[in-house]
Amino acid sequence: MWISKTIFNHFKSRLNFTPNYAPLSLLSPRRFASTIAQNPSTFNSIHDANQQVIDFPGGTVKFIPEMRFISETSPKRIPCYRVLDDDGQPLANNFVQVSEEVAVRMYSNMVTLQIMDTIFYEAQRQGRISFYATTIGEEAINIASAAALTREDVIFPQYREPGPLLWRGFTLQEIAHQCFSNKYDNGKGRQMPIHYGSNKHNYFTVASTVATQVPHAVGAAYSLKMDKKDACSITYFGDGGSSEGDFHAALNFAAVMEAPVIFLCRNNGWAISTPTSDQFRSDGVVVKGQAYGVRSIRVDGNDALAIYNAVQAAREMAISEERPVLIEALTYRVGHHSTSDDSTKYRPANEIEWWRLARDPVARFRKWIERNGWWNDMAESELRNSLRQQLLHSIQVAENIEKPPIEDIFNDVYDVPPSNLREQEQWVKDTIKKHPLDYPENISA
Amino acid sequence: MLRAIRHKNILPAFSAFRAFSSSAKEMTVREALNSALDEEMSADPKVFLMGEEVGEYQGAYKITKGLLDKYGPERVLDTPITEEMALICLLNILQAGFTGIGVGAAYYGLRPVVEFMTFNFSMQAIDHIINSAAKSNYMSAGQISVPIVFRGPNGAAAGVGAQHSQCYAAWYASCPGLKVLSPYSSEDARGLLKAAIRDPDPVVFLENELLYGESFPVSAEVLDSSFCLPIGKAKIEREGKDVTITAFSKMVGYALKAAEILAKEGISAEVINLRSIRPLDRSTINASVRKTNRLVTVEEGFPQHGVGAEICTSVIEESFGYLDAPVERIAGADVPMPYAANLERMAVPQVEDIVRAAKRACYRSVPLAATA
Repeated sequence: MWISKTIFNHFKSRLNFTPNYAPLSLLSPRRFASTIAQNPSTFNSIHDANQQVIDFPGGTVKFIPEMRFISETSPKRIPCYRVLDDDGQPLANNFVQVSEEVAVRMYSNMVTLQIMDTIFYEAQRQGRISFYATTIGEEAINIASAAALTREDVIFPQYREPGPLLWRGFTLQEIAHQCFSNKYDNGKGRQMPIHYGSNKHNYFTVASTVATQVPHAVGAAYSLKMDKKDACSITYFGDGGSSEGDFHAALNFAAVMEAPVIFLCRNNGWAISTPTSDQFRSDGVVVKGQAYGVRSIRVDGNDALAIYNAVQAAREMAISEERPVLIEALTYRVGHHSTSDDSTKYRPANEIEWWRLARDPVARFRKWIERNGWWNDMAESELRNSLRQQLLHSIQVAENIEKPPIEDIFNDVYDVPPSNLREQEQWVKDTIKKHPLDYPENISA
Repeated sequence: MLRAIRHKNILPAFSAFRAFSSSAKEMTVREALNSALDEEMSADPKVFLMGEEVGEYQGAYKITKGLLDKYGPERVLDTPITEEMALICLLNILQAGFTGIGVGAAYYGLRPVVEFMTFNFSMQAIDHIINSAAKSNYMSAGQISVPIVFRGPNGAAAGVGAQHSQCYAAWYASCPGLKVLSPYSSEDARGLLKAAIRDPDPVVFLENELLYGESFPVSAEVLDSSFCLPIGKAKIEREGKDVTITAFSKMVGYALKAAEILAKEGISAEVINLRSIRPLDRSTINASVRKTNRLVTVEEGFPQHGVGAEICTSVIEESFGYLDAPVERIAGADVPMPYAANLERMAVPQVEDIVRAAKRACYRSVPLAATA
């Protein structure tokens, strides 16, 4: 940091400033040739003290004689975009219309997700799978966001977004295979239930670590940009995830790298037992976008059409303007955090019930499609019955399929199995052959 | 933060004396790494670099010099904490960020080479190195491969204190899914970095700051752009028959010096340059111990659960009957690195320590207890 005497003297002579102002020391850091040097001669030389500006690193700022702190809160919270009211009636006509085919498909997928969750949750309670986490209350976010994307857009989920996978054609049977970690699981039985992943569906494998997927999505978006693809990446995370360091680093980087990524925060009010009032003191997550230079919007997460519209617009902006976009979807986690949680211990049961019934995103969207003449009670009961049967059947099938073979302990650690692991695999197989009674029946050598 | 100190002005701990023919071409480790990066970036457009100071600043240690000019800002990314040394305080936060982003780019088919200013700062990002890089191929059942290289200086430098001097070889080498390499000479630096960049698995590439300025002779084969060293093969730097000394990185130089001193006293030491910490070249190590019957392991890092501990166990498991003496393990002192020069010297292995250990291994033919 050094002060150039000649420049300082020039400045002193050009401006009329009172002794109350500290002389402006020119921060003129050494710059390399390729960056634009701060040019002190672009001073605003207007003599009115109130309009003095200076080119600090980062750009011009105005000076004011009042000491003004930016308030920690706005007088008004950022408003929330919605298309349909609680009764499924459109509030205005300015939304992107969804065709009957897409709307019915969205609705069916939302119902599928709802029933799938109910049945798998029960299966865990019955001891048939070890673990499950439901998405109840967040079906609109899951399905409508996926519907607004293309198959080329890469998805980086947290763990409460199986919806996009269903939308893209992952079957209920494949879901069951993963939850039962049998030999048809395309994850080869490596992970706990609900940790789905499928390259074919451009859906990144779920990891339990919170918010680590957020910077991954930025890197992938950068890569898509470098390849000039007509695609973006999207990443989902919760209100809790927005407290992680990775969230902040990712937003900052995405803005600087101009990466085409959509950050979709499911602010469902709870991070296990931590309510948002204990999570952050800002006006939710949407206000954090501007802090990083990221365009943001707050959306009613239980309104499928609002989500659809916002994600579609965000995608367009992300790709054509090469910028990240943050969407905060306000919603409510109707289910427990997972089967290891009993949320009635930290929140009132009637609150949960109210959101489950009165604010159900599935029922709300149903009202809209029924009013359009695209759905009716008969279609509803047919769908629900058929799904129930399918799910029960898938579970039964998955439960009875063999577990993965021994080889799957040892492969994929590296691209090519190293010699020590090949040796160990052989020893294990030999030992099982020699002492078959010491091993359970479902271990096949 | 000590990052303000650039080590350009600090001389390496020792200067190697090499008795080679004057017509051999010499190359510093820095030039070796730079040329390897240049050639791999030229050969594969998917290779790109990320890290603090790697672009405009030409690299904190000048390893990436000239690459921004040659390949442009799309392929040599300065991460947001940029040229301004005043912003260094934000570094730690961003360490986590750009590693995650590097992993994201690798998932999508690019081949990032992420630089850590030192591996001490990799701790900020270690969740991504282990949970997002090392384990991904396994957890996704082969769907997500992460061909990323994490590189940078590792271990002690000179006068940088506890938070800039730790050796991470043992930590990373314990993790399945990672490959861990540590070059010594310029040949190692070129061959192993090229191998690391071409490898489909995540690789942790542990350099040494004090070796960057050291010159080594390089053959025409090494200078060729297709040159590559195999991962998982150690190199016998000096053949011997009385005692095996294993080492990696800077300690290889020390071991070679110790071997010269030992030779004058009639002890012929075989010096093994590990090159690859994971996978460890157990067969070369064991073959050598079966020949010499005595082993001294040398490393700069902390002793407990270190690289030497793993080598010792490997030898006991496979070649116990061949040992004529207990294995000697030389490591850094079991303390956070002190700063004062005299204390720092005591906290890292010196050539004399290796010589004394080798002699103990050669002369001690009965267990210590029996002499009590």
